[in-house]
Parts: sequence; C-alpha cells; structure tokens
Amino acid sequence: MTLRSVPPALLIGAALSSVFVLLALISFAWTPHPVDGVTIANRLQPFSPTHPLGTDQLGRDILSMLMVGAQTSIAVALIAVGIGVALGVPLGLAAAANRGSLLDEVIMRGNDLIFAFPSLVIAILITARYGPSATNAILAIGIFNIPVFARVARGGALPIWTLDYILAARTAGKGKIRISAEHIFPNITNLLIVQATIQFSLGILAEAALSYVGLGAQPPIPSWGRMLAEAQTMIYTHPMLAVLPGLAIVLMVLGLNLMGDGLRDALDPRLRRAR
Amino acid sequence: MIDIRNLSLSIHGTPILRDLSLGFSAGEIFGLVGESGSGKSMTAMALMGLLPRGTRTQGQARLDGTDLLTLTEAQLCALRGNDIAMIFQEPMTALNPVQTIGDQVAETLTIHGRAHRAEALKIARDRLDRVGLSHIALDRYPHELSGGQRQRVCIAAAIALHPRLLIADEPTTALDVTTQAQILDLLKELVAEDGMSLLLITHDLAVVADMADRIAVMKQGEIVESGQTATVLAKQNHPYTRALFAASSHSPDRSETTTPTPLLSLRDVHRYYPGERQGFRRGPPVQAVRGVSFDLFTGESLGLVGESGCGKSTLTRAILGLEPVQEGQIQLIGHPVTPAMPRAERANMQIVFQDPYGSFNPRWRVEHVVAEPFHLLDRRPEGAERRARVAEALTAVRLSPDDMEKYPHEFSGGQRQRIAIARALITRPKLLVLDEAVSALDVSVRASILDLLADLQGELGLSYLFISHDLTVMRAITDRVLVMQAGQIVEEGATEAVFTNPRHPYTRQLLAAAPRLPDTIGTRDDALV
Repeated sequence: MTLRSVPPALLIGAALSSVFVLLALISFAWTPHPVDGVTIANRLQPFSPTHPLGTDQLGRDILSMLMVGAQTSIAVALIAVGIGVALGVPLGLAAAANRGSLLDEVIMRGNDLIFAFPSLVIAILITARYGPSATNAILAIGIFNIPVFARVARGGALPIWTLDYILAARTAGKGKIRISAEHIFPNITNLLIVQATIQFSLGILAEAALSYVGLGAQPPIPSWGRMLAEAQTMIYTHPMLAVLPGLAIVLMVLGLNLMGDGLRDALDPRLRRAR
Repeated sequence: MIDIRNLSLSIHGTPILRDLSLGFSAGEIFGLVGESGSGKSMTAMALMGLLPRGTRTQGQARLDGTDLLTLTEAQLCALRGNDIAMIFQEPMTALNPVQTIGDQVAETLTIHGRAHRAEALKIARDRLDRVGLSHIALDRYPHELSGGQRQRVCIAAAIALHPRLLIADEPTTALDVTTQAQILDLLKELVAEDGMSLLLITHDLAVVADMADRIAVMKQGEIVESGQTATVLAKQNHPYTRALFAASSHSPDRSETTTPTPLLSLRDVHRYYPGERQGFRRGPPVQAVRGVSFDLFTGESLGLVGESGCGKSTLTRAILGLEPVQEGQIQLIGHPVTPAMPRAERANMQIVFQDPYGSFNPRWRVEHVVAEPFHLLDRRPEGAERRARVAEALTAVRLSPDDMEKYPHEFSGGQRQRIAIARALITRPKLLVLDEAVSALDVSVRASILDLLADLQGELGLSYLFISHDLTVMRAITDRVLVMQAGQIVEEGATEAVFTNPRHPYTRQLLAAAPRLPDTIGTRDDALV
C-alpha cells in the first residue's frame, strides 16, 4: 500500500494517538517538573514559560501531570485490551470450531451474562471488595473486553470454517485447535486489530470514568479522570484545570477511533475496492 | 433493433473491448459466447449504462436509433427495466432476501410510475403466472424458493414492463441441468410470444447452439466470428471457435488402468442430519444418504452424478472420513474410514475442490499450501527435503518449482486448480476425490486439467472419484458412473452404456435436459454450407 492510498482518517488518528503515546514514553525519563512535589506557593499559576499549561491547586505542573496521566490511561487500557484478546479470542475460536455444540452455547451464553451487567457496577463491586486501585480498574475493564473479543472472533471465524481450505486442512488430518491457530486466527487478525483499537479507546474512557468517581488509580499517581474530578470545584474560577485533562481524553479517544475506522478501511479489501 | 458499431471501451486505460460491432432485431435470440475475461459481460453493462467508474467508450450502441452511450444517468434510469432488462447468473443474490417476491416484481412497475402498488401487485401476479409460478403466493420470501424458482422470479421482474431487450448473463450457470433446461425453454417461449429480443451471454456453447438464432464468439474483447448459429457452428472459420469447440467436447486420451482389486468400498451407508430446531426441540432427523453401496477399483475413474441436494456432498464428507456414518460402513484398502481413523491411512486419499479461489489460505505461500497434507505423515519432511517434495509435486502438475515462493492470488483459476492437485498429490495418495474439480473453469482450461488428470492416472496409478453434475465431464473422464437421486444410487454402469442406453427414468431425464452440441458439428466440410 502506498502512502497515497492510506485513508486520511488513519493518518490523522495515528498521528493524534502517537503524540500521546510519545508524551507518555517521554514522561518515564523526564517531565518538566516532578509530579509529586506539592508547592502551595506556586498554586494555580496561569500559562507561563516555566509552566506551559499552568499549575493546579497544589502547585503541580499540569503538563507534567498530563504526561504521567497518559501513562496510567494507556497502561490500564492496554492491559485491559490484552486481557480481552488473550481470553476472549480463544473462547470465540473454540465456540466457532464447535458451532452449535454445548461448548458453543456455554461460551456464548456466558458472554451474554457478562454483557447483562453494566461495567461500572462490576467495577464498584470489585473495588468495594478489594479496594480501589489501578489494578482493579484494569480487571474490571478487562472482564468486559472478553465477551467483545469472543464475539468478534466467533463471528469472523464462522464464515472461514465453511471455506474449502479448511476442509482441505481437515483432510490433512489437522484437528480443530490446529486449524483455528493456523488458518482461522491469521485470517481474522484484521477484525481483531480494528476491534482492539476501538476497545482501547473505550478502555481509556472507562479508566477516566473510574478515576473520576475515585475507583481508579489512587493519589499521588496522576490520572486524567481524577484531574477532572479535582478541577470540578474550581470550574468557574479556573476552567483550564478541567478543560485540559478533558481535552486530553477527547483527543486521545478521537485519535484511536479515527485510527480504528482507518484501519478497517485499509485492511478490508472489499472496502478498499469500493473507494 | 440493437446496433452496436465499433464499440471500444477501456477502464483506467486498460482496453476491455476493441472495435466491437454487432446487431440483431426484435424477436431474435443473439448468443454472445466467450471465456472469462473476453468482455462479454462488459458488453452487456455498456448497453445497460452500468459501466464502472473510469470507463471510456468510443463508438455507438443504438437501441432503435437512440445511442445508449450518450444518454444521461436520468435517461438511462428511465430506460433500464423499461426498455432493457437484465437477469443475472446468481439467483440467490439477485433478489433481496427481506422483501417478498411480489413486492420485488411489482417494484419495477412502481419505480417507472406505471402503476400503484395494488395494481402493480396484480400485474406482478400475472407475470409470475407467466413464468410458471402460478402456485407460488406473492408474499413468499426468496429463501423459501428453490434456485430455479428464484431465477423465474428474476425473469418475471425483468419482463414486468415488456422490455424490448432482455439481457441474460449466464442465466443458468448456477442451476442444475434439469432446471437449466426449463429456464431456457421459458426464455425461448417468452421471446417467441412477446416479440422481445434476447441477448444471451454464456460460456457454454451447447446452450447457445440450442437457443440462439445468431451468435458471436468473443475473445479478448473482440468478436472473432459471428453469424447464423448453425453456420458458425458448422463452419468454424476462426481457429479460436474451433479451439473452443474442441475444448468443450474434449475427451482426454486414457489408458485402461482398472484392476479388479477394490480400493474403496461402501456398504449400505446411511447418513442422517439432526432435524431443524423447533423451539427447544428438534424435528425428525433428515435422511441425506440412504443405503449407498459401491466399490471403486484400483486405477479406476468412477463418476458420481447428481443434482444439488441429492446427498452427494454429504456422502463425500463421509468418504473422506470427516463425518461419521450412522449406518453401514466405508472401507479404504480394507481399513474402516471414520473420523477417528489413523492419520497415515488418511494420506491414501486426498481431495480437490470446485472453487479455485476458496481452496487456499490466502496468507500462505504455495510451498506451505502444498505441503500441508504432510501433517498426515508420521515422518514429516522438513527443510530441503520438503522443498524437494513440493517441487516434485508442482512439476507433476506442470507448474514451475519456482512457483512455491508465490501466493495463491498470483495465479489464474486453472493454475490454482493445478496447485490444488499438487497439494492432493503430495502424500502420494491412491485415491483422489474430485469434487466438481473442473466445473468452475473455462472450457479450454477444463480440457487441459482433464488431460493432466488422465496423464497423472497413467503415471501414478491413481484412482479417481469424480463428483459432479456435469455430464459432459463425466462422459469424458470416467470409466463407470453412478447416478444419485434423493440419497440413493438409482443407476450404475459403464459410462458409455449409461449414457447411450439409460435405464432409470431419472437418468433419462438428466440426459434429455443436458444441452448438447449438434452432432453435425466438428466436421468442417458440412452439408449445411
């Protein structure tokens, strides 16, 4: 594929997302200011050369907070998607390989059961039992990714199971697990990549929501959702405190969604031809 | 009535049609014959004004004096369905599955503002009666009908407004022979009674020989020969016409290789499917195969003929040991064939499928594809040995060993079918099951694959089980033939004997329905001239 044929949505989305990923990566090594230093004298500074995006009510540098907050968001969403892929895809493939069997029914009805609970309620349940932390947020979001990936994998696998090369593989004596791994999985990776980008953006939103209600990463670890929550009381006097983390969330999610759409267009040969 | 003059057409600079001229009048059936890629469908699309983006045309295509190529999209919309109508190859996808057939036929009338819904439905009823569907209610959905009935619905919709020209693009290719014969008869009758013209596009010479008043033979975007059907078929002035002919009735030279040792034997095989789910229960089981017994001898080519739904695919899957039989037994070289059979025994039997496009994992290189059945062997060749074996198999099917580095999409349909045969040969099997293996190929490609199969049989002492609905192929390549109907073998015997002297009424029906090239053909110094 030449650069010219890359969908514009993919370019814009990838650019937006990589800015945040880059900021998060830089923050591991360096931030403009330390994020755990409370300097009350510096509180609520406007934009300035020393503090490009100002400081918050405790005198912490907003830019540094956003950079480290990106770490939290991306890590939580990434691991949650990882859980979803690692558990959901094998389940979906197993269901497709045994279509119509009891196993298929059990897996898919189990999925429906998870879908029947709102994710926030489960998250509250988990944190009520084990205490709020980033790990528990990951767990809560991850659980809800499992049925999503199981469904996508099963849906993508079913039509492939009817193709002749699967029958050929069966006459070559290959079992269901082997066929799923060698033939089915590589042919549904497109679908999974697109779904993963979308789930990734949903994960960032979910992390922000959990942190906002205080169930995500705990202080002093910076988090976009908690920055929003803390800025709430000062929304009329210092609106930038709320606008900046809000903007970060919006841009990151927008970037990932655009990337997901773009990837779908780029990876699906049928859509490519239609353009 | 239709007058195409010097039509040239290119898409994004690639020439598709070159200087095409043809014409025919009302009440005439014009046959356009050619292999895939010859531009025959594009000619139809040019008449309909349905050309893809990036198309440039030159020349004229006149319908009763109006040049269709100069019309605007709005003018074309008024024309489509009204003056020119079209039916397609695949009746399964040409109808909208969520609309009733009555609505779909009536749609043509309401779109062109000829009638209101109620009136349109009345006319739709009339047209459906006309195409022989008087027993089918208007509120039925496409999935409730058979393939032939669906094609009739498409025809009813096409003739709803009495078009002047009906274009039929491979209208019977997806249908069984008996259904094909009925649809062709219907089209002939409609032309005779309504005085419309029919442009029949097909790859099957036998179909046009029977139907068309005049034909044109197309090759690579050009008409190489045209004229009265009988004259063209009898004289065959152009070498391509002759080649096409030779290929359609091609019968490879085969040496007698049958020995009296049975290789595969089936005894009273029954196969059931669980019935359809009705709420929480299942309906009674469906019997797909009922008591099939036969022997296939070493070195023999055995044909299994039947129309869709006769149970031949279900039987094939049992013969391959992919699904269990419910009663009876299948043996390969004295060992029972079951889903649990040892891998090494499976290596004795391999399969080649119909669709050269769906039979390979698109992400695998040819080497990987061809080597897949090695999985059956206890000692799997690796590295250089594996490559040597793959090269050997590719050479056997007359491909180059260098092809193993390529991906399947880099090959044409015929070459893919050769790759599929190479894959089947890699474990040096004794039995090859050929499931409609040449049905999707052009006649000339089909002839070369049949030659290849005949040669391989001589070289490697293979036995073949041909499964097909195509009687011409059966006659060309098999020693013995089994005719299957509704899960049972109704007739069995030496191919020539069954074809010349069928005993069972169903066999007779099949043979009568199959379109045939007239016997006069092929002799160039013919009395017709």
